Amino acid sequence: MAATSPTRSQQAKAVALYPLDWLEERSGLVGAVKYFLFRKVPGDVNWFQTLGSATLTAFLVQAMTGVILAMYYKPDPNSAYESIQHITNDVTLGWLVRGMHRWGASLFIILMFFHMARVFLFGAYKYPRELNWIIGVLLLVLGMLEGFTGYLLPWDQTAYWATVVGINLNGTGPIIGPFLSSILRGGSEIGPDTLARFYSIHMLILPGAIFALIGLHLYLVIRLGVTSPPWSKTAAGAPWLEDEEPEQPARKGLVEPAPRGGAAR
Amino acid sequence: MDPEQGQHKPEVPGPSVWPIGVAVGVACVLVGLVISWWIVAIGGAITIVFGFLWLSDLAGHRVARRPAPAPSPPPTGAPQAERRAEAAPTTSRQGFLSGLTLGLGALIGAFVTIPPIWLAIGPPFLKQSKKPVDLGPISQFPLNQWRVVTFQLVPNGQPVWNRTAYVRYNGLLGKVPSYTIISNRCAHLGCPVQPLGLVEKNLAKTTRTTGAEVVTTTPVLAVSGFSCPCHGGAYDTEGNRIAGPPVRALDRYEFSIVHGRLIIGHNYSVAKVEGSGAQAKIHAYNLTGPGQHVDGWEQIFYPVQPPH
Repeated sequence: MAATSPTRSQQAKAVALYPLDWLEERSGLVGAVKYFLFRKVPGDVNWFQTLGSATLTAFLVQAMTGVILAMYYKPDPNSAYESIQHITNDVTLGWLVRGMHRWGASLFIILMFFHMARVFLFGAYKYPRELNWIIGVLLLVLGMLEGFTGYLLPWDQTAYWATVVGINLNGTGPIIGPFLSSILRGGSEIGPDTLARFYSIHMLILPGAIFALIGLHLYLVIRLGVTSPPWSKTAAGAPWLEDEEPEQPARKGLVEPAPRGGAAR
Repeated sequence: MDPEQGQHKPEVPGPSVWPIGVAVGVACVLVGLVISWWIVAIGGAITIVFGFLWLSDLAGHRVARRPAPAPSPPPTGAPQAERRAEAAPTTSRQGFLSGLTLGLGALIGAFVTIPPIWLAIGPPFLKQSKKPVDLGPISQFPLNQWRVVTFQLVPNGQPVWNRTAYVRYNGLLGKVPSYTIISNRCAHLGCPVQPLGLVEKNLAKTTRTTGAEVVTTTPVLAVSGFSCPCHGGAYDTEGNRIAGPPVRALDRYEFSIVHGRLIIGHNYSVAKVEGSGAQAKIHAYNLTGPGQHVDGWEQIFYPVQPPH
């Protein structure tokens, strides 16, 4: 018994790992995922540095619930309001998924601001991460546009008049404002096309752009590493600490990246 | 490979005064957008000049940081041949083929992307002409009384095309009947203004007029002006702004009388109205979006209007 059990567990392990080995040999994906997940981070990171992941999670919830809601929503002035009543009152768990999407939208925006505040207060936007700050600002703008375009979709009085005001607010921009509002309306007057247009922007154009920019954002996080908190003894920009650590003066604030390539097992 | 790899010292450029010039230039551009085109041009020039100086400062720093810009090690043997082949592809068959691929790719890309982009942003600027709407016989508009008239911009019964105007018959101006027809679109940000008076909803009449438009006419008593529920804009009975955020008076509609029926045509924007009723002097402008100035120095914000 005692002699056979290690063999059995080894066998079981080999069986369990075989599909992964198969995948790794043909794609290198296992190594890539490991490279992504098991990166070195500074020893003194804290919970504030999970705000980015929280924001990402909130966005993924929005994407998932939005895709499901699109199965029941009808972007047409004659049936949009009724279809949302149908989702909320008739479809099983429709109220829950719609509620997740509706409240999650606010949560997504709030988390983006918290994440941004953390990056700002930790000085994590500084060299060499300036580009990631810029991408983050673009993501913030796109997220708020998601809020603006999604607000019309319930097609009730609040939604309609808030959108009228929002479009006309854009119209007051100098020179290009009037043209911008015509593009948003899909013409000189709000009509059926406006709703379909907002729906398309809300669920196709903006999420696509957000996914792409999140990809870039994460790529830069992985490439540049996670910043140390400002009170870190190894933080960048703490020259008064320089003498204490003569062994790694050149890498302050930058975590040594894990070795590149797959097959890191 | 990358010369930067390995030496991870943050590359912080030395202090430079040129960013101040760039900031001044950008501010000048923004101010120019408000004031005048030539200030935009000056601001743009300042930005470009100082931006160039700033960048050359940075580039100089980069050069100074590496005094010996690492002359490439004398290549030897086979690598040298490879390097040569890579370095001079422009005249080769490879260069021609990659240029051809890029060019054809760009051409095909343009062919498939231009029509969809046009579909997204072109039609909003085409075919925006509105048809005149028949509001019914003029007998239903008694002298000096206000009527709320709800009609359809596109007569297909969809509520999304409902629009509302406030109509008052002012009596004859010479031999011609005069009407005041005010759009309910607030001149602040387009919310629906409400009449300050007693709306007699129980006396509302819905009729189908000649163009199959559904028109609802509701009498309003003792109208003392109009006000907007969204942000508190207030107007007098001629549509002049008297309080709140609107930037001008309420829009009005052109009208005509055909076979004893009141027909409304295009709407137009109004800066202000002097006098009242049939004697009113209306400072009229082409239709402009809410919140946009049509007179005063602010009108330079909005030099060109898309077709309405």
